[in-house]
Parts: sequence; structure tokens; C-alpha cells
Amino acid sequence: MNIAPSVPPKASDFRSQLKPVWCPGCGDYHVLLSVTKALAELGVEPENVAMISGIGCSSRIPAYLNTYGFHGVHGRALPLGTGLKVARPELTVLVAGGDGDGFSIGGNHFLHACRRNIDITYIVMDNQVYGMTKGQPSPTTAPDWDSALSPGGTGVRPFHPLVIALASGANFVARAFSGDIKGTTETLVEAVRHPGFSFVEVLSPCVTFRPEQREWKSAVHAAPVDPTTDPARAARRIMTDDGFNIGVLYRGTRDAYSLSRSESGDGVAQFEEAFAI
Amino acid sequence: MSSNQLSRTSVSIALTGSGGAGVMTAGGLLLEAAGKSQCYGLQTRSVGPQIRGGESAALLRLADFPVENHSDAFDILLALDWNNFSRFSGEIPLHDDAVVITDPAGGAVPDDIAETARNIIEVPVKQIADEVPGGRVNMVALGLLAGAAGLPQAHLADLIADKLGAKGAQAVEAGTACVQVGYDHSAILEGAFRLSPQVLDDSRQRWLLTGNEAAGLGAIRAGVRFAAAYPITPATEILEWLAPALAKSGGTLVQAEDELASINMIIGASYGGVPALTATSGPGLALMTESIGLATAAEVPIVVIDVMRGGPSTGMPTKSEQSDLNIAVYGLHGDAPHLVAAPISLTDCLFTTQWAVHLAEAMQAPAIVLSDQFLGQARMIVDRPADVAFMANRSRAEPRQTDFARYALTADGVSPMSVPGMTGGQYTADGLEHAITGTPSSRAQDHVAQLNKRQSKIEEFDYGNHWAEIDGEGDFVILTWGSTAAPVREAASRARAQGIHVKTIAVRLLAPLKIEALLRELDGARRVLVIEQNDTGQFYRYLRSQCDLPSDTRAIHHPGPLPVRPGEIHGEIMKEHRL
Repeated sequence: MNIAPSVPPKASDFRSQLKPVWCPGCGDYHVLLSVTKALAELGVEPENVAMISGIGCSSRIPAYLNTYGFHGVHGRALPLGTGLKVARPELTVLVAGGDGDGFSIGGNHFLHACRRNIDITYIVMDNQVYGMTKGQPSPTTAPDWDSALSPGGTGVRPFHPLVIALASGANFVARAFSGDIKGTTETLVEAVRHPGFSFVEVLSPCVTFRPEQREWKSAVHAAPVDPTTDPARAARRIMTDDGFNIGVLYRGTRDAYSLSRSESGDGVAQFEEAFAI
Repeated sequence: MSSNQLSRTSVSIALTGSGGAGVMTAGGLLLEAAGKSQCYGLQTRSVGPQIRGGESAALLRLADFPVENHSDAFDILLALDWNNFSRFSGEIPLHDDAVVITDPAGGAVPDDIAETARNIIEVPVKQIADEVPGGRVNMVALGLLAGAAGLPQAHLADLIADKLGAKGAQAVEAGTACVQVGYDHSAILEGAFRLSPQVLDDSRQRWLLTGNEAAGLGAIRAGVRFAAAYPITPATEILEWLAPALAKSGGTLVQAEDELASINMIIGASYGGVPALTATSGPGLALMTESIGLATAAEVPIVVIDVMRGGPSTGMPTKSEQSDLNIAVYGLHGDAPHLVAAPISLTDCLFTTQWAVHLAEAMQAPAIVLSDQFLGQARMIVDRPADVAFMANRSRAEPRQTDFARYALTADGVSPMSVPGMTGGQYTADGLEHAITGTPSSRAQDHVAQLNKRQSKIEEFDYGNHWAEIDGEGDFVILTWGSTAAPVREAASRARAQGIHVKTIAVRLLAPLKIEALLRELDGARRVLVIEQNDTGQFYRYLRSQCDLPSDTRAIHHPGPLPVRPGEIHGEIMKEHRL
């Protein structure tokens, strides 16, 4: 049985019936909307898309989509998505999560997913806080942010995901702002189309534990110059910007991880033959 | 003298030397020569902590009948030198009448050997090798030991030509000459250790392989087409064997950044519908346990082979021990039913891995295969294992338009599974407890329903008679598992040759334990020995936690690296028999 829809899916066709657990005003609602719009724009069928995540507020996103989804354990979304994409290269595989999931517990996988350069898109909804556990500092939190777990602040310099992605070999690096639905959608479309590992950091305010992030909407601005294919130039620009530059910042030209495979046709006999005395 | 029960002969040989002496190469060639000479046998190695080179011991048992384990003690110890011999001397017990062959150029015989060994023979191995242009001591040793076992010279010449051919005609000439001189020197042993192989008919195909290779073959046979790999001793060879084998089979292997990644990669691949496996050892298994629980909850079939080594922590990476039973059975958080199976011989690494893939796929659950360093890394000449039909055969959902319930409650607890790409099968696999649709739920009734579903599919599956291998009859029973099963079988056959009835039960399926079947087999048992290789009797305690064993049950166990030897078990049988 092959049920082919007569019209291409609309953005709303990518949305499941499930009501998100997110707080009112959470930036992740807008990211969800942008993802559905991007998928519609890409012209893919929901059953050929998989959204893979770990644990955290934003990692709840797969269930809110009408695609295939996997809500795994904390920090391991990238290896889950890697295994799926390598096993099933024809699928569109998106991986999503938050800054704690991706850069703290999952930090090592982030580095190696960038350098492995498999053709998947990684969306990190960065709100600089652990929201699900009610307000602890994450790797992208400023050092002086006061919290119950780290009174007076961690005193630790924040992690710079975009520079690290670039240095580790990600083939596409972009920053988006959840409130900019049009821009985020366009960036996601381009990220999925770009070969290799695409990393999109979406600034997505946590209005509950970081109410000051409501101001992000007036802080963000379009990246003033075109994206470069030169990682050194991209790094310099990202290192020196104000953190609110949004748009595509780097388009790499590395070959994606090869997913080709072949079957020699000899079956198991060829292996058994090698053992025979 | 060599063990001679049932008119069958085996000779146990230890060849030791410093780094660069090439004892492992010589041992490997000796085993191959035995294979070509219609003999059986196995080789293991004992090495120091060095990465490469350094002192090492090639430990062999050659026999004119199938052998699956080392014997009680060694008949021949050939020491090319005695440097650091104490590092592994404990693993080389000598028979009272063993022959110790020493090279005067290799230093003085250690006091403990000099005081106890009755037959110490000096052979100037180095001098002999030096007299041959380009000659090497290990080739002299090879000739000497092959001669001692009575292996025909023609097979040695073929092997030398085959193995050294790439190094040029001179290397072949030198190797052949050294082997010849060594062979001639074996006359000093007066034929005491000669094997008498039967002529095997052509239909009796034999293989030479390691348990790690056998496990890899079992995975490929069952249909595994994805593996994720993080290197760890002593499991790496499974992954290295699978890398080209998967490539030739239309599959893929990805080297992961750590075990947390490798376990999740195989879960991702299997979620995509491709049977997937990884191999590791204790430390890696410990890292993987959180995600094995995810595979349980999300009902994604995966297979993890744990090639056990001495623990805890980094422990003894190159030494065998059966001490991961507890973590394999109990290591997951929550109530997390899963499968644990242990191969009971080297060739059974093939069967058990193939079976484990089949079980995992049939029940959409994780399966842990508990191999160990001995099974994994020993090289053995075996009769070709029988073909078995176990394949990955997952219950697949049909394409549909609405209302797919991924975790629907079914009679057998197994719900048809959709895979990405299938129309209408979309769902979110989740480690969160869920309703039948996969939607997260913390409702009591959903939790109970899904717990029961996951438990019942594993409890009620028909495992046939593969849960254990049972030999013999009688009210005296030995229960064992894993690599200890082979010496148990040998000890039991020695006892039977003395007219003592012994029944052996080697349990292959550790979880779920088939309690009713086990109790049926124990019905009427008066005395039971539970034998394993770990410090705390993990299997014994596990059995006791699951069922009531006969009151006269005794636990016999010791940790690695010393193997459980057949003579030790035979001694226990005799002790019980006299009671």
C-alpha cells in the first residue's frame, strides 16, 4: 500500500496534535513553527523525516511533529541521529535540543559530529539555562548569573558553540533568533540543503528563568556581511561579533561523510571460507 | 606426561620469550601446522602490560581430538629466555614430568623451576639460529615443538613458504632451515609427546578462528548490518573483523567517539530498521547501561557483546574473568527487562551471537552477550559449527493512514514496529514512559501496562531448549556458564570414564533465567556444584536469588587470570563422590 498525498504537505501537516509542555512565551514554540515551515518549504514527506533529541525543554520537540521522532537520553541525540542517518541515508535527519544537552553532557558528541560531517542538521535552542530542572547555569550562561546552584554565578567563562562548531569541522554554521520566524525558517531550509553537518544555534528565550531574554528581540540584528566559505574569516567574525548577529555565518565546502555502501554478493560464504583449514 | 584419558592424547606447550623473539608468531604457526596435520588445538597468549613487544608466552594445547580449553598443566615449557618470566609463571603450571627446554644463552633457569622440574634440557636455540644465515630463534622453536608433537614436516614447509613468502626467498630459506634444525633436535624428547591424529574424512570440515571472529560471523549471519565501534581490549577484534565484513555485506561500521556514542548509534540505526550491534568490555558496558535502558523502554532491538576481562575498573584488560554477570543482569536502572546470553564455548560465540540478534529483534529488546577474554581471543581449531537459521526478523507494522499505536498492547507483548519512511507509521520513540501511541505519560495505568508488556514479551517467549546445554545423567550435577563450561565438560568426561555419573548444565540464557526448566533438570539432584571464574560467585548468588537450589549445593569459584582447570573441577567431583 502506498498512500501518496495529492498535494504537498503544508507546514501544519508537520505538526502533531500534542500540546507542548513549554511555558507560555517560550521561544521554542516559534522554533517548532519554523521547523514545520522549513519542512514544508523543503517539500519532504513527514514519513521521510526524523527529528531526534535528548533531554530538556527543547528536546521535547519530536513529539510535537508529525514526523518520525526519537526522544532519547540526555546528551546523546547526535549519536542517535548519526546511527539513523548512516543506516538510512535517504532520510532527512534533524537533531535538536538545548544548550545543556548539546554542549555540557553531550559536548563530546558535538565535537565529533562536527568533524564527522554526516549530512544531518543540528538545531540547538540556546536559552543559556537548564529550564526543565528549574534554572541552573548551562555552558553558555554568563559567569555572573546568580542561581541557587551557583550563588553569585559560576565564575566560569561561557562556551562559544559557533566557534567550536567551526573549529571542529561543521560544514554550515548559522545563528538564528526564535522570534524571527521567517529568518529561522530560511536558515533551516538552507541548513538541511547544505551537504554535511549543519549547525544552527537558535537564540530561544526562556521567559521563566531568564526573563531578561525577552529583550533579545531588540538585540538581534542581521549579520552585516555575506557568509564566507573561509573558516578563518568566519571564525574571526564570530569571535568578534556581539552574539546577536543572526544569519548564515559559514558555508563550508568539505565533502560530507560518505554513506555509500556496496554488497559483494558472495554472502557469508566468503567469510566462512577464510576460516576453513 | 600428556593427559591420556580415553586413549586420546593432548600436549600442552608453553613457549616464552622477550619482545622481538617472535614467540606468538611461532605459536600461531604451530597451531596452523597442527590444523593441517588433522589435529585439534588452541592457542592463547599471556603478555605483560606493554603495548607492543615485551615478554610474552604462547600457550598451546594440541590434541588428536577436539579440545576447547587448556589442560591442567603444561608438558613442555620452552623458554627462549627467562626475562620477566615471573610475570606469567603462575599461568604456566608444569606437570611433574614436564620437560623444560632452556637455552643457555637465555639466562639461568629460575630457582622455582630449577628446584621442581625433573627434566630440564638445554638446547642452544640462539646458537642454532645464528648458524643459519638470517635465522631466527622462533623458527628453531617452531621446528622443535612441531617435532615434539609429531607433526609432519611437509606441512611446516608449506606454512613457512606461505607466511614468509612476502619477505622474499631468503627469508623462506632461512625459516625452512631453522625449522629443519629445530625439528631434528626434537629427537631428544624421544617421542614422548607425539600425537596420533585420526585420518579425518573430507566431509569433516574444520575451521581455525577466534571467538571474537566467531561472534562477528554470527552477527553477519543473523543479519546485522550496522555496527558502532569504540576500541577496547579484548573486544576490539570483533569490531575489526566486522568493519570489512559489513562493508562487503552492504552494511556499515562507524567508529564512535566513546561508548556512550556507540550504544546510541546502534539504537539510532536499529530504530531505522537496520539490525545493529556493538562490542565492548566491562568499562564500556558500564558506560552504556543508561542507554541500554533506553532501548528497553523505547523497545529498540540492539545487541551488545561484552568480552569480559578482569575487573573492577580498568582491572586486567588482557586477562579473562567472568565478573560482569551482575552488571549485565542487574546494571540497568528501573525495572528494565532485557536479555543476557553467554556463549559456552569458543564456537558457541557464533551460535549465541546469532541467537541473541534473533532474540533481540523478535522481542524488540536489548540483548547482552557475555563472552570473555579467553573465548574472544583464543585461537582454536574446531569442527565447522553447524548452520543455524536464526535471523533478525522483526515484527513490522503495515502502512496506514491514522492511529498508529507503536506500543499497542498485544497478546505476546510485541507490538508491530514501523520504521522511518513508512507512511502513517510516524511516532516518537521515547525513553519517557508512554501511552500505547508513544505519547509521554506518567499515568499509573500506562506505566503498569507498559512495564507488564515489556516484561511479558521476554518472560513468555519460547526459547526452545537453547537456554542451556545439558550433558549426562545423574543426581550429581554441575551448573556452570560461559567459558568455564569447557573445562567442566572435560572434567565430567574424565569422571564418567571412571564410572562416576555426572550431569552438566551450562546455562546459556542468563536472563531471563528459565527457572522452571532449570528446576526440572535439577529434579532429583542430590549434590550440585556451581562453578565459575569470579571472586564472589556471581552466578551462584544469582541462581540463589531466583530459585531454591538443592540444599547440598556448593559454590566453587576463583577470580581470573588463572583459568578454572579441568583437573581442579575433577578434584571437586572426586571429593563429592567420596562423601
